[in-house]
Amino acid sequence: MAVNASYLGRTFPATEPYEVSRVKIADFAEAIGDRNPLYTDAGAAKAAGYPDVIAPPTFPIVITMAASRAAIGDPGLGIDYAMVVHGEQRFTYSRPLHAGDVVVAQSTISGIREVGSMTMVTTQTEIKTTGGELVCTGYGTLVERGSE
Amino acid sequence: MTTFADVAVGTDLPPASYPVTRLSLVKYCGASGDFNVIHWNERIARSVGLPNVIAHGMFTMAQAGRYVTDWAGDAGAMREFGVRFSAMVVVPDDDTGATIELSGTVEEKLDGNLVAVALTARSRDAKVLSRARAVVRLP
Repeated sequence: MAVNASYLGRTFPATEPYEVSRVKIADFAEAIGDRNPLYTDAGAAKAAGYPDVIAPPTFPIVITMAASRAAIGDPGLGIDYAMVVHGEQRFTYSRPLHAGDVVVAQSTISGIREVGSMTMVTTQTEIKTTGGELVCTGYGTLVERGSE
Repeated sequence: MTTFADVAVGTDLPPASYPVTRLSLVKYCGASGDFNVIHWNERIARSVGLPNVIAHGMFTMAQAGRYVTDWAGDAGAMREFGVRFSAMVVVPDDDTGATIELSGTVEEKLDGNLVAVALTARSRDAKVLSRARAVVRLP
């Protein structure tokens, strides 16, 4: 199935507000095996100059995935999700997310390119506080393997 | 804590290795919300042509992130972080699982106390991350 190149540059609606919680950060840190106290101990995080426990650098994927799924899952784009693998991931950060942040995420399809029988689709997802502060931008590239 | 003045271009970070077991993947499914069956169901993983259950790419990226923030000494130091998933981390159903081995080299010192680190992640002799790079802000 061909990917619809006219989707390049298309921006999808922002997600509903997501509240970053201490419990979710602690669960994520435990799952990746990272015992850094700044993820679980609010006192240690405050002593290090943060308002509350902070989230690990890859935590924003939890938030960007929900937004980029809306873009990648759009039937008009024509991606066969069963044939998709995660090819690349990048984040830029103005600061770490912390417990208490309330954020929305919005995705734009920023790249579509074909390499042989594979199609690579990149979504750029901005995570902003509900006050409009840009905290993190995620760039995820999914690779659809050709079925022929 | 590593300071900007401490680091020199070309310096190698001390290598580290991190285990990944089936339990790690089950926990990561729950914590991340990514329940793709190839990360927990061997029968389906094999039926789609994989050698076994494989780790989430983002689990491997998380280990690389931990490697960098542990070195920097501040979990909030990351300003840029990017990887390419170049091979699978295959996780067998035993008590040992797999190992992800990280190494890194200081690549560049930039304005604003920023330091770029080039990273390599391997598992069973395969390079599982390529073009992996992190930029941290150091005091």
